[in-house]
Amino acid sequence: MSIFRAGTGSIRRRLTLQLLASAALLAVVLFVIVFNFARQIGAESQDRVLAASAASILEATAVQSGEIVIDIPYFAFSMLDNANDDRVFYQIAQDGEVLTGYDDLQTARGPGSAPNFATVAFRGEVLRVVTQTRRLSSDGRPVNVTVTVGQTRDAQAEVLNRISRMAVALGIGFFVVSALLAILAGRVTAESLSRLAASVSRRGPEDLRPVVADVPAEMRPLVRSLNAMIARLSGAFNRTEDFIAEAAHRVRTPLATVRAHAENTLRRVDREENRDSLREMIRAIDESSRAAGQLLDHAMVSLRVDQLELHPVDLHSLTRELADKLAPVAEMRDMDIRLNRMAGAEVMGDAILIQNALRNVLENAIKYSPADTAIDIDLQVRDHRAYVSIRDQGPGFRPGEASTLTGRFTRGENAAGTIGSGLGLTIADEVARAHNGQIEMTNNTEGPGACVTLSFPLR
Amino acid sequence: MRYAFFSLALSLLAGPLAAFELEERVLFDSPGEGPTLRILSTTDIGLMRPVIEAFLEENPEISIDYHAASSTEVMLALTEEAAEFDVAISSAMDLQVRLANDGYAQDHRSDATRGLPEWARWHDQVFGFTLEPATIVLSRDDFEGMDLPQTRQDLIALLRDNPEQFEGRIGTYDVRTSGLGYLFATQDARTSETYWRLSEVMGGMQARLYCCSDDMIGDVASGEIAMAYNVLGSYADARTDLHEDIHIIRPEDFTTVMMRTAVIPETAQAPDAAGLFVDHLIESSWAQENSSFSFLGVTPQGLAQSASLRPIQLGPGLLVYLDRLKRRQFLEEWSAALVQQPE
Amino acid sequence: MRFLLVEDNQQLAAAILDRLSLDGHVVDYAGDLDTADSFTSTTDYDLILLDIMLPDGDGRSFLEQQRSAGSNTPIIVLTARSEVSDRVGALDLGADDYIPKPFDFSELEARCRAVLRRHSGTSTNDKRFGNVALDALAGTLCVGDTTVTLRNRELRLIEVFFASPGQIISKSKLVDRLFSYDEEVSENAIEVYVGRLRKHLATSDVAIETVRGLGYRLAVP
Repeated sequence: MSIFRAGTGSIRRRLTLQLLASAALLAVVLFVIVFNFARQIGAESQDRVLAASAASILEATAVQSGEIVIDIPYFAFSMLDNANDDRVFYQIAQDGEVLTGYDDLQTARGPGSAPNFATVAFRGEVLRVVTQTRRLSSDGRPVNVTVTVGQTRDAQAEVLNRISRMAVALGIGFFVVSALLAILAGRVTAESLSRLAASVSRRGPEDLRPVVADVPAEMRPLVRSLNAMIARLSGAFNRTEDFIAEAAHRVRTPLATVRAHAENTLRRVDREENRDSLREMIRAIDESSRAAGQLLDHAMVSLRVDQLELHPVDLHSLTRELADKLAPVAEMRDMDIRLNRMAGAEVMGDAILIQNALRNVLENAIKYSPADTAIDIDLQVRDHRAYVSIRDQGPGFRPGEASTLTGRFTRGENAAGTIGSGLGLTIADEVARAHNGQIEMTNNTEGPGACVTLSFPLR
Repeated sequence: MRYAFFSLALSLLAGPLAAFELEERVLFDSPGEGPTLRILSTTDIGLMRPVIEAFLEENPEISIDYHAASSTEVMLALTEEAAEFDVAISSAMDLQVRLANDGYAQDHRSDATRGLPEWARWHDQVFGFTLEPATIVLSRDDFEGMDLPQTRQDLIALLRDNPEQFEGRIGTYDVRTSGLGYLFATQDARTSETYWRLSEVMGGMQARLYCCSDDMIGDVASGEIAMAYNVLGSYADARTDLHEDIHIIRPEDFTTVMMRTAVIPETAQAPDAAGLFVDHLIESSWAQENSSFSFLGVTPQGLAQSASLRPIQLGPGLLVYLDRLKRRQFLEEWSAALVQQPE
Repeated sequence: MRFLLVEDNQQLAAAILDRLSLDGHVVDYAGDLDTADSFTSTTDYDLILLDIMLPDGDGRSFLEQQRSAGSNTPIIVLTARSEVSDRVGALDLGADDYIPKPFDFSELEARCRAVLRRHSGTSTNDKRFGNVALDALAGTLCVGDTTVTLRNRELRLIEVFFASPGQIISKSKLVDRLFSYDEEVSENAIEVYVGRLRKHLATSDVAIETVRGLGYRLAVP
């Protein structure tokens, strides 16, 4: 099960996407603004030319001997000529009566004498028209001359087209540049996060010093909380260690006292009933002390595995040292610990944990084998792994039993009558796993007995 | 000749066929299955024949029904009558522009039209395919031993100095009836005030008014009149048989250059064939080497090199003189100048 | 032998003292490091049993102090901690062995013997009975000119007899001395070891006699 909730995504991707989205939005806004501005400018310039055309016609309008005379200047229309050959329509009216031009042309109506503009449909085309009125006096009567000039909008559309193409290019260019910047920004942000992550994950498990990575101001609260958490964690580790040590002391010392007295008493007492009771008592003490010991050991092993610190470990001398330490115990049962093929092997790991794992296996071998037998230890190297195998001449494992023995508190069928908590192989298994190693339990092929092999990758 | 063609007498066409007046009709019948291209033109068939024959050479499946009429009639036929023609060819640039402006023409785009200079094309609808100057044609007999007038000022001085020699022997267009004459006159008036002075001088000498360039050239060559003003140079050039009798002068102060233009009417029944024909007109006139076109009076290169050649610009400005009021005023002024003694 | 026991728990200390005295050792007892210091400055010990958690300090500092002062007296650490708890192992600081509490006296004895054997090799005071000499440290038995090396259980068994020659020792007591309490053994198991010892003592003038229904006794017949 992952400890990360799904769907939170990557900061880099999210940031990049957000920036991209805003860049796209800005590009669209930019396009709309440029496009509208261009359309307005285009429309205004067409309107200005139309108004000038109409004005020039009105200029040329006069009253001669009571009659309206209009001499349309040549440039009134030629000024409307353009590269797109826009079509031109006009109408001149006197007091609403059409004098000349296109009779059916729609005029742009509006108040006052200022030019009025309108966009109208005419003969299947859309025209921009301007209507301007001039008041003249004929025989003392006011006469209104209205000039309407219209023009198709092909040129304007063409200009608008060109500008909108440019605006699109501008928008795309803007977007591309922003996109590159967004990706860059995403990367830079993600990098400062990765730097922090790297500085945290680079450290060893026992390194609980505060993080001092150089991070942006926004990430400082994160680092502060991280450091606070590290401090709490380190405090918790220390308290746990202290607790385990204290618990061990509190449990074991009184047990040791009682046991020692019981044993001394046993030597002095002759009556068989009393001796039996004392033996029962000692056995009970041994059972509980061993259980307590292994529980505390297991807790301690788990703690160390969680903060596993890897150092080069000389597996050869470690195994030898362990055999020496346990020799007196074996001797008490007239057993020999034989170191047979002992290759040189160096692995990476926690020496105390590895020795504890081997000790649990070796103690089991001593405990479950009959007196006057030998325990064989081999250290071999093959396929870039070191194999430590401990063979006894005890009853061996029952078929199918081997794989279950590494579970907590599981004891072998043949262990009846022998004191044990069932945690020995569990500890060995945990230690092996923590070191990318393995524990393998088989029965000897030649002769009776079990063979437990711990393997670790070589350094 | 592979093509059978025949002229039909005008009378045959009278009546229900058309309300406008036809001058001439020639049918170039092709044995092919292709469409018949109906052309309405102000140009005499004689001048157009080489062009048409070259076109039929290339497009043997197409037949051509060629109608000749005056420019006013062309305009009328296409606007008022809504007659169905595939190509309208006219020397009256203003009327052609008006056709297009008022929506009676359809767009045509091809490699040939794209090759045209900007000023020889309007709205992808009006295509100029000739450059024909308005010239002064003089009778060699009358000007024997005299300095030939090179400008309008020269001409005015000459007329004033020799009123008895030119009285009643000057010819020019009757702009009231000739569309081309009106176009030339209005362009002249627009370009220079000299035109009005010249008109008044000519009017004072009882100038004779003509409908057509051909008539004027004929009369000058025959010595009926001594000079004709605003005669189509291309027609004069084309009459090589008369070149011994006439001088053709392009006035140096300015020479108005007219473009003969083609339009594909909105009502065209065979627009594709019409397009091919227009392209053919453009190619055979603007491509210099194999020009089979007899009346390309001015080359585009010559136009660029000469300051006095003033081509009439295709554009909305041409609409101004078509205005009712404007035309009435112009004709009034013109009549006042040229028709001084109405009898 | 002269032992020094440094242990702050008085009840436990009393039990250990009791046991070591039973086995014939001379033991000085110190309840804290201060007292231990004053003992070591005046007396040479054959072995020191050292507790780690003491009221006035850590047993390991005493250990370091001893070793840095040049003393090579064997020291066995008694610890309530397991070795996995010790960040700095006592062995690394110069202890000869350590034994976690609670412990089996037999194991303590075995460890002491192993440590002492490593240090001096032979004991200075052999135990004699008849023409038999027992070097408990080396685990050897001399009968006349022949010396045999005893197995661990044989040694412990003959030690029991040598500790109280002539006395009848019940099979039950012998079982308790020879086997651990969690082993299910019948009293007859002891006969195997008695048989082995008799073989070693065949040429000597001592014998292990069977006292029917009561046990065995070492005697000069």
